[in-house]
Amino acid sequence: MTTTASRPDLEFAPVAAVGGGLLHELRAIGIVWQRDMVRVLADPARLVSSLLQPLLFLFILGAGLTAAVRGGTGGADFKTFLFPGVLITGILFTAVFSAISIVWDREFGFLREMLVAPISSSSIVIGKCLGGATIATVQSVLIIALAGTVHIPYRFTLLIGLLGIVFVTSFTMTAVGLVMAARVKSVQTLMPMVNMLLMPLTFMSGSLYPLGPQAPQWLDLVARYNPLSYAVTAARTIVVHHLPADDPTRQLSHPLTWLGWPVPAWLDVIVVAGIGVGLLSIACLFFARTE
Amino acid sequence: MRGIDLDVEPGEVFGFLGPNGAGKSTTIKMLCTLVAPTEGSAQVAGLDVVAQRTAVRRQIGLVFQETTLDEYLTAEQNLKFHAAIYGMPRRIVGPRVDSVLDLVGLADRKSSAVRTYSGGMKRRLEIARGLLHSPRVLFLDEPTIGLDPDSRQVLWRYVDELRRREDITVFLTTHYMDEAERCDRIAIINHGTIVALGTPAQLKAEVGDDRVRLVTPDNAASARRIAERLKIEAAPDGDALLITVPDGEGFVPRLFDIGISVQSISISRPTLDDVFMAHAGRRMGDEEAAAAPRHWMRAMNR
Repeated sequence: MTTTASRPDLEFAPVAAVGGGLLHELRAIGIVWQRDMVRVLADPARLVSSLLQPLLFLFILGAGLTAAVRGGTGGADFKTFLFPGVLITGILFTAVFSAISIVWDREFGFLREMLVAPISSSSIVIGKCLGGATIATVQSVLIIALAGTVHIPYRFTLLIGLLGIVFVTSFTMTAVGLVMAARVKSVQTLMPMVNMLLMPLTFMSGSLYPLGPQAPQWLDLVARYNPLSYAVTAARTIVVHHLPADDPTRQLSHPLTWLGWPVPAWLDVIVVAGIGVGLLSIACLFFARTE
Repeated sequence: MRGIDLDVEPGEVFGFLGPNGAGKSTTIKMLCTLVAPTEGSAQVAGLDVVAQRTAVRRQIGLVFQETTLDEYLTAEQNLKFHAAIYGMPRRIVGPRVDSVLDLVGLADRKSSAVRTYSGGMKRRLEIARGLLHSPRVLFLDEPTIGLDPDSRQVLWRYVDELRRREDITVFLTTHYMDEAERCDRIAIINHGTIVALGTPAQLKAEVGDDRVRLVTPDNAASARRIAERLKIEAAPDGDALLITVPDGEGFVPRLFDIGISVQSISISRPTLDDVFMAHAGRRMGDEEAAAAPRHWMRAMNR
């Protein structure tokens, strides 16, 4: 019998031998993402409570408005119209707050543990962004499941399309949160700022009323500069596309226009994604410089 | 920082001492690549902290003054997170996690959320995490600050265990003298420069001799006798006599040889506090005591 020179549990980890590079960075992105998942799963109440706002908008505001606006909508159920808007705005807070957790990490020191590691700070930021997008998308599944209650058919292409739009939108909104989190160092300051940003974005996105010829011209104009309008319009376009040809809700859905040219839904999504990638790059830059 | 010139040997436990604000943490931050030095250079494990920043980071383990754990994750999850961002080979992560948790005595708590840990346990977990990727150098910035005396004892037991089991250099800062005593070598820093460097024994020997304090029935007579027979001056110090000699313990029998009758006697060696006093002109604890709110409260309650 031979005994090994060192106890097996004290095996020396040859860290220096590990190549850095892309694989290592991808693994870091993965673990940052995974940590956000673990924390959400440990606290499912957070996910459920964030569903309250969209449900209120859809079934309370929607029910109230359906009766009041029936004359102007050709008899459409206003809830059907509201659904895509509520779906998109319902993920905003989840996405932005998930980015803001990086400010908590800074306050509780964990950000430092990540920043002193032999990885690029961009990997942390990207992992966070994907984490926020995933959490918001999972949350939206619960809302999408309610589509049938507002006369929207469960079609595979519709569900996949909506999930895709939701993911891209929440990715972009998490990037918004990350840019803010890079600059604002305290949660107390950040919370009111998030409200100040998200409320106008929500109200000027056409999520709760139709844009286009039915809206005041100035509002229709302002909405074109709001990234959320593109997300809401894309979601509404794909929903309406799956409704029966005679559904009056179709009359309330209009594409955004650039100098009179109607922007197709796929381009809406690209606009949102482009803004997201741009903001994420800015966030990466901020974190690389300031921490 | 005004300029520090320092070599730390591989495998030693090196203590960096000084009062708050002396530049201990700044030095550590430079060595850990968190702050770039404005001039001069530093190498850690043979790598330059500015030019080879990422390589240095792979070779060092860090334990900061403040906690940097995710308290909502379990100990094991915290360690696995660390393993991933340090790029450890996947197959060794599991055994290595168990090994470092075992080293700091937390193996049975690895599945508990960190928020259920005591302060001492958190600090031990941080040391385990600092060791996880087998760094060549472990930096401990005030590792026992805010811990109760029992936890400090326990923590030091693990540091001693660590140097026995791992091939690693430990660089730590502290302002506790009793902790400095446990280091192989120490540097004392004040106002951004090193004022003393050496083993604790060397530094204390440099400061001076042992002090023998004795009380006799007639101090004046005894002093005269010691001066005549031993050619050593015994200075009055309150109701006692104070004698400084290089070897206090060897000196005491000689007093009996010349027939001095002693009522009480004590020998004291210079402490590191005396070393600091000699180099910086004040006590280590002075500003600490002045800044401690608890001390102030006690004064108020009186």
